[in-house]
Amino acid sequence: MLVLGVDSSTQVAGVALMDDDRLVAELFFNTQKNHSQRLLPMLAAMLREVGVQVADLDGLAVSLGPGSFTGLRIGLATVKGLAHPAQKPVAGIPTLDSLAWNAWEVPGLVCPVLCARRDEVYTALYRWQEGEICRLTPYQALDPHSLVTSLESYTQPVYFLGDGVTSYWEAWQSLGPRARFLPSTGTLPRAAQIARLGWQRLRAGAADDIFQLKPFYLRPSPAERQARSK
Amino acid sequence: MNNILAIETSCDETAAAIVADGVAIKANIIASQIATHRRFGGVVPEIASRRHMEDIVPVVEEALATAGLAFPDLDAVAVTYGPGLVGALLVGLAYAKSLAYALDKPLIGVHHLLGHIYAGFLQYPHLPLPAVCLVVSGGHTNLVYLQSHTERRILGSTRDDAAGEAFDKVARVLGLPYPGGPELEKLARAGDARAISFPRAWLEEGSLDFSFSGLKSAVINYLHHARQIGTEVNRADVAASFQAAVVEVLVAKTIQAARQGAARAILLAGGVAANGALRGELTAAGQEAGVPVFCPPPILCTDNAAMIACAAYYQYLRRDFAPLDLNAIPDLTLY
Ligand SMILES: [Zn+2]
Repeated sequence: MLVLGVDSSTQVAGVALMDDDRLVAELFFNTQKNHSQRLLPMLAAMLREVGVQVADLDGLAVSLGPGSFTGLRIGLATVKGLAHPAQKPVAGIPTLDSLAWNAWEVPGLVCPVLCARRDEVYTALYRWQEGEICRLTPYQALDPHSLVTSLESYTQPVYFLGDGVTSYWEAWQSLGPRARFLPSTGTLPRAAQIARLGWQRLRAGAADDIFQLKPFYLRPSPAERQARSK
Repeated sequence: MNNILAIETSCDETAAAIVADGVAIKANIIASQIATHRRFGGVVPEIASRRHMEDIVPVVEEALATAGLAFPDLDAVAVTYGPGLVGALLVGLAYAKSLAYALDKPLIGVHHLLGHIYAGFLQYPHLPLPAVCLVVSGGHTNLVYLQSHTERRILGSTRDDAAGEAFDKVARVLGLPYPGGPELEKLARAGDARAISFPRAWLEEGSLDFSFSGLKSAVINYLHHARQIGTEVNRADVAASFQAAVVEVLVAKTIQAARQGAARAILLAGGVAANGALRGELTAAGQEAGVPVFCPPPILCTDNAAMIACAAYYQYLRRDFAPLDLNAIPDLTLY
């Protein structure tokens, strides 16, 4: 089963192709945030290189969020355009879940943190249990210091990863020796994780409906937020 | 037969259309977000972008169903890539690009303003050239000289507010609901256009540029002054007098441009072209000057994708295709 994975939820643009559980190809660019220009050409280049056409794909997976609003929309709109003509199945994958997979089987808590503007991070807390990742808290946008305070009630080490690691380095350090960090090669979103989680979902027949699928923004638009607080 | 699917998401309408051979509208689907933005008193870019994301697939699907066509029947995919709200443009653009790639069909990037102009050719394919086109909308006020389908130049532009923007702002100070332009026109019908003499900005001698911010301020000052001295304001007279000031300048400069360029036709385009007073005055002035005036029906004047498909058809004929790295350009200029 050939599944294409697309991630443009952060400044990273990534595309990957899985054939069942085999990673066939992956491109990852953490250079400049220019997803609108770059995402489709890199996707086309990757497929050309491995001799696969859109028609050959059995499904597509996309990083659904939370993340950059515009980045998420570029990724999802790209996937919708690819999937629409042949009605290919699509799986929207929560970005934080896919990040947690980068910290495979670490002994302790997994805490992905993604920059969310307004000095907050998108985050959730995970733990590995018998080869499965379990999410312990809801997806949230939190300021880093509140997040660290909430982590003080745990005793295990906490593995931080995501683009929020360097942005709020001092906040995580304040947790003391329990704060651990993924190496730089595993700290950012990977399209391969999206493709793999998508493959698992699609194999189980759990596709999303592209007529309705929307990014998981986690936050209302600023205008709606203002209207609500009035 | 050449079928072009066009997608337009530059502002608050998610639109898809299929046009055959640049003239036959097989489908023209518009999902309007006006109701969503009304409570904010204007278009909220982030909300517009979110709605485009939700509506894009259903709108394209409806266009195909209406046209009785399937994806393989399409010859090209066209999309607006600017000017407009960048986040909004990006949704239609990313979708259209990957659709064209998946179908292995040419991608055509269309300038939104050119789309408005080509609404004229959609309705009147044999519109004589050279022509002078007045494009008036919430985002633009331009006089464009069309020498041919490939040669054009901007004769004049607004130096501040767009005409439609001035309508919306004045409508707001008159307490009219959003979107204000059509409401203002309705109110103006009951008023006397000569009741108040608002200023006309002619700018320097011979200039074909426009300016509406002074007029807008004059209306606000007028209302403010009336409130201070406690006199009752006839809102219909204000609306009619304001509209007359806008229309007079638009019409005079368009006729001037047509005369200077020996134009064989005048084309009215853009959302404000739906304004009855403007259509009427320009048609009468054109008649007097001996230049026929063409106004597409209102449904083709406001934002839609059929006009984008028509503009794309002329680009298709000369193989003016876009690469897959086509980007949204919010302040794209017309060359
Ligand atoms: Zn427009």
